[in-house]
Amino acid sequence: MVHKRRIRVMVAKPGLDGHDRGARIIARAYRDAGFEVVYSGLHQTPEEIVEAAIQEDVDMIGLSSLAGAHRYLFPRTVELLREKGADDIVVCGGGIIPEEDIPALKEVGIKQVFTPGTPLDVIVKWVEDNVKPR
Amino acid sequence: MSLTFNEKLFDDLKDGYRKWKDTVERLFASKPERLARFSTVSDREVKSLYSPADTRDQDFIRDLGFPGEYPFTRGVQPSMYRGRLWTMRMFAGLGSANDTNERFHLLVKEGQTGLSTAFDMPTLMGYDTDSPKARGECGKCGVAIDTLRDMEDLFDGLPIDKITTSMTINPPASVIWAMYVAMAEKRGIDRKIIGGTIQNDMLKEFIAQKTFMCPPKPSVRVIADTVEFGTNEVPRWNTISISGYHIREAGSTAVQELAFTLADGIAYTQAAIDRGLDVDDFAPRFSFFFNSHLDFFEEIAKFRAARRMWAKIMKERFKAKDPRSWWLRFHTQTAGCSLTAQQPYNNVVRTSLQALAAVMGGTQSLHTNSLDEVLAIPTEEAATIALRTQQIIAEESGVTNTIDPLGGSYFVEALTNELEEEAFDIIGKIDDMGGMLAAIEKNYPQQEIADAAYHYQRQIDEKQKTVVGVNKYVTEEDIPVEILEIDEELEKQQIEKTDRIKQERDNKRVNECLERVREACEGDQNVMEPLIEAVKSYATLQEVCDVFRQVFGEYRDPGIY
Repeated sequence: MVHKRRIRVMVAKPGLDGHDRGARIIARAYRDAGFEVVYSGLHQTPEEIVEAAIQEDVDMIGLSSLAGAHRYLFPRTVELLREKGADDIVVCGGGIIPEEDIPALKEVGIKQVFTPGTPLDVIVKWVEDNVKPR
Repeated sequence: MSLTFNEKLFDDLKDGYRKWKDTVERLFASKPERLARFSTVSDREVKSLYSPADTRDQDFIRDLGFPGEYPFTRGVQPSMYRGRLWTMRMFAGLGSANDTNERFHLLVKEGQTGLSTAFDMPTLMGYDTDSPKARGECGKCGVAIDTLRDMEDLFDGLPIDKITTSMTINPPASVIWAMYVAMAEKRGIDRKIIGGTIQNDMLKEFIAQKTFMCPPKPSVRVIADTVEFGTNEVPRWNTISISGYHIREAGSTAVQELAFTLADGIAYTQAAIDRGLDVDDFAPRFSFFFNSHLDFFEEIAKFRAARRMWAKIMKERFKAKDPRSWWLRFHTQTAGCSLTAQQPYNNVVRTSLQALAAVMGGTQSLHTNSLDEVLAIPTEEAATIALRTQQIIAEESGVTNTIDPLGGSYFVEALTNELEEEAFDIIGKIDDMGGMLAAIEKNYPQQEIADAAYHYQRQIDEKQKTVVGVNKYVTEEDIPVEILEIDEELEKQQIEKTDRIKQERDNKRVNECLERVREACEGDQNVMEPLIEAVKSYATLQEVCDVFRQVFGEYRDPGIY
């Protein structure tokens, strides 16, 4: 009998941004959807996030940023995963991300960016369809 | 004299109400009501009709009073907007001190009557721009302040002896305030005449806004230092802006916003009393900061309930004698969390309604959000429209012609009473836990907020609550709006600026000053004078805050969801 492992998702707050309402709601939605959830808490550096993600053996990291520092923080996280040989971890982003910034983020390896107003079940479905247990 | 409803009229009312209900019920038999449930954004159920029956126990003098008289339900000043309009105080901050100075000048030129400062994340958290923790953050959500030089540049050319300045700053509020006082003194402006506000409300940080440095107890100690210093040295300064705005933005209901804010106020009042201050010496300089959210009447009722509740708390619980101690004076900001990225011009409408509610609720000061606030720091054009919104309300709408125009409305008075009653229940719960500090340690307000936020999101996703442009009246094409961008080069330039200052200053003096800050922190000397000396020596924000962190320890987010 094959046991299908549950998807493990980390919801992370990189940088100094303290706006965590959305991140916490999404963490709860993931939990309700049956994923295993790790919430990083606030004020994590990309280094801390990547270390925790590897330690916790997650399949995906969802990065949340609402204070404008995503242009540095999101690519830096992907870069560090690559350095550590863990770039099979899917990385997504969400928060206040202007539309014009999204192509550049996708180019460096952010798989999807969820902008304000995206319903929770759309996000959950995307994870179910696009993230497999590693 | 009380104006209560007499019994005969009340019996006529009961019969009339029954007849009307029957009529309505017959209508709904063939075609049901528009919604299964009519409720506010806080999910408070609202009846289809309010009548004198809902306010039959109301006593005008006891429960409403005249403006400027206890319990201040109708307003804290006797003449309210007939005497003086609220301060139009637009929250602003972007990029460098020079960039923000430019924005300040623009807003004053366009008619704002008070200054309000938004700082960037590194500054808010007590880091310098060159900290590894600050990478990518410089100037992105507010102005970058590393040293007194930045503070001097920020207020260059602005008449701070005539205009008041609010600064939204919390963990390093004491240091930033020290910079402001030092900047004023260097310009020959006496600390006794400068006016303004520092937000300086750490309890709500642990609950909602989440900028922190040190744990709750030492944070409250430093706040008590600022209250003491303000009482003795800077009499025109509001030493705390006890805030509900962020609690609401984090997802609380209106009642929770009201209850948690006043409970925080109770905690600060007690802390200052424990410090040995007389309540009438500092309470007149406590101020408040509320959200103005989507539900028009719930917000107006909330503001009125807040005034009445605080008056009772100050008079009965803390036995304050000076009527000015009983006043709840507040700043309001329209609800950022209600704005949408989709169809951004709709946000002008939302902000207008929310601003109107704040005015009809008797706010002393108001910030109106810009249409692009969901996407970026406001452009000049968007910020100007937001300011014009206030000016149109003030000059064209007529709502400022009379005080508390909704006073006596059966609905608004009933709602005011409901909010007060429920909020006092929550405050009672917090008292039973041992006060707000204890409640925070138990994660009580944090969990309540998380639950309320999740509940609301579920309602939106299930279309029980409508968000125009997002889950109803959706348009396929994006409506383009110009967005302000912060120059990526700024971070480098700011680091260079601060480095130059570090080289030019007297580093021996800096170290001596930092030592004195350390001694004050470790002992019980008020930190403010040592802070003023330190910032005058051009110690950086982080150099000073690192002393706080070393002495008091650092607080880590417990990561509750």
